[in-house]
Amino acid sequence: MKMKLIMAASLLAATSLATVPQPSVAQDNEVRVGFMAGFPGGRGIYGRDQRDGFLLALDQLGGKLGGLPTKIIIGDTQHKPDVGRQVMSKFLKKDKVHFVAGITWSNVLAAVYKQALKNKTFLISTNAGWSGMDGKHCNPYFFRSSWNNDATPEAMGKLFQAELDNVYLLSANYQAGKDMLTGFLRHYKGKIAGRTLYKLGNSDWAAELTKIRAAKPGAIFAFAPGGMGLSLLKQFNASGLNKTMKLYTVFAVDWMMLKAYGKAAIGNIHTSFWDADSNSPANVRFKRDYANKYKRPASMFAVQGYDAALLINLGIRGASGNLKDHDSIRAAMRTASIDSPRGGFIYNNNHSPIQNYYKREVVADADGNPKIVTRGTVFRGHKDAYHKLCKMQW
Amino acid sequence: MTLFLEQLLNGMQFGVFLFLVSAGLTLVLGIMNVVNLAHGSLYMLGAYFAATFYAWTGSLWIAFFLMVPSSLLIGIIVEVVTLRRLYSRDHMDQVLVTFGLILFFNEGVKLIWGAEAQYMPIPESLSDPTQIFDIPYPTYRLVIIGVGLLVAAVLYILISRTKTGMLIRAGASNGPMIRALGVNIRLLYTIIFGMGAFLAGLAGLMAGPILSVESGMGEEMLILAFVVIVIGGIGSIRGALVASILVGVFDVVGRSYLPDLLLRVVPSDIAETAGPALASMLIYLLMILVLFFRPEGLFPAGGR
Repeated sequence: MKMKLIMAASLLAATSLATVPQPSVAQDNEVRVGFMAGFPGGRGIYGRDQRDGFLLALDQLGGKLGGLPTKIIIGDTQHKPDVGRQVMSKFLKKDKVHFVAGITWSNVLAAVYKQALKNKTFLISTNAGWSGMDGKHCNPYFFRSSWNNDATPEAMGKLFQAELDNVYLLSANYQAGKDMLTGFLRHYKGKIAGRTLYKLGNSDWAAELTKIRAAKPGAIFAFAPGGMGLSLLKQFNASGLNKTMKLYTVFAVDWMMLKAYGKAAIGNIHTSFWDADSNSPANVRFKRDYANKYKRPASMFAVQGYDAALLINLGIRGASGNLKDHDSIRAAMRTASIDSPRGGFIYNNNHSPIQNYYKREVVADADGNPKIVTRGTVFRGHKDAYHKLCKMQW
Repeated sequence: MTLFLEQLLNGMQFGVFLFLVSAGLTLVLGIMNVVNLAHGSLYMLGAYFAATFYAWTGSLWIAFFLMVPSSLLIGIIVEVVTLRRLYSRDHMDQVLVTFGLILFFNEGVKLIWGAEAQYMPIPESLSDPTQIFDIPYPTYRLVIIGVGLLVAAVLYILISRTKTGMLIRAGASNGPMIRALGVNIRLLYTIIFGMGAFLAGLAGLMAGPILSVESGMGEEMLILAFVVIVIGGIGSIRGALVASILVGVFDVVGRSYLPDLLLRVVPSDIAETAGPALASMLIYLLMILVLFFRPEGLFPAGGR
């Protein structure tokens, strides 16, 4: 009996040695960060840019966060909430991470946030802008390096209010799509020529464009992330509508997709928290190092990932490397005194950035290729609309 | 009224595009009796090849002539390496293997081309809309209609008027028998699969300039293609054409009018959300309806 047990145990040990990569022994002075995002498919570029921004910051810090040996564990949510929950639970139980960063989609964030916060593990959203986290679910362990969903379209709404009249609204028929319109309409009070909610994943826009032509708006505001934005812009141009009106977007056009858009993007106007043209040393260095390391231009999503790493670094330094001192980590992160490529931002009571939003336009450069230029500041020190619902004060 | 006509035209155009995507699928499933989920991947690869060749040469024609052998080659490799072993197996095995191929190709194109969507513009000469009566209609979409109808005509002649077509039809109704008559059915299957791959690639090439050429672009089309061939009758080219146009028109007209119609009966916020949801269900309702009355589809394979 005993013999059997020993044999079984040694067999078990042998197989685990042979097949499982050895998890490094959890050291007290090692910081472990779980980075999760969706990577498959065309939509994967959002996750990729966040991750690459994060890893660039880590490189610049000499591979150490807060001066401690650092281990980054990457998890793929496959854009699915249920897979996100599995990844999160692996991070917390198996990898025993101190920080979780990442998350592209609001529905994934909504599915996983409780696990991390219950476990008293810091969670930094580098993209997902679900309003719940800014309002009633705000938490001492949750931070954002991105934005609230409403904020970018709010900037667009303000822009329209100032410059245009009679808009056609085009958005996706799901929660974030409706949030975009809510945000837009918070500041735009002018005429609405019509509105259409399309099915998520739509790729043929002929029906929508025909409706828009018949409604005769002065301009279109569209929320169409990823490949949907690309097909929309291409078909918008082919339809000839581009000769009579402009297409304004949020979360469709950014640097990483410009090559795929080509000339189709020229004339597009969008809003973003990142003034990519800024000559601040932090921004110049960020763009240069990113382009050198990855051989492609940085995007706003990369900025979000980059800043998350800087925030974690700041937090650990604030606690003098004591990872158990959550209060000091939090206090340091709340100062947000990092060298962000976006320029400065400060945290609101709900740990959501108070930051600027810019109008950006795609123009042709000397060779006729598209490039994004900043056309002015729409919001200075913008606060999200939900912070009053958050009970946290500090 | 012109608005309605324009939407009908949009629906027809979308339908013809769906035909391009589903023609190859219906051949392979109907004649070879193979469930090929990787058809969407072949479509995606066609788009990637076309985008690449287009970027090299700047001509959609040259891209087309380079895409044809590439698609055929990929199709033949897939057939010889994987599918050939599955003909005698159960459908579930075929589903598993071809699903694996989807994952393989989706990640493969990311490794080779990167995760970004590929650049593929509409050719300069086709980028301005054409006036049809007083509707400015995208010229490129008219080209898609033309290509789709041409493919339908060629396939029809090929299958019902040529010797190869006769063998294909014979192989579909009784494979072992024509093998006993001395026909190399292996080769025949490879040819059919290559043809399917070419048709998928052609659809990808046509889609490139107006859609987003990216990893995973095949799957959304795959579902629609299956709806089309089930409605049309598996294995029937004529069925695929009729069903595609039916699905295209239903989808586009539903998307454009259902939300507005609902608005007259229910409050606006409900209509706005339920409208598009219902509209996207419409083609599936159509499929259920067709299957209820004609379980074999509109044009059962015998009537091909």
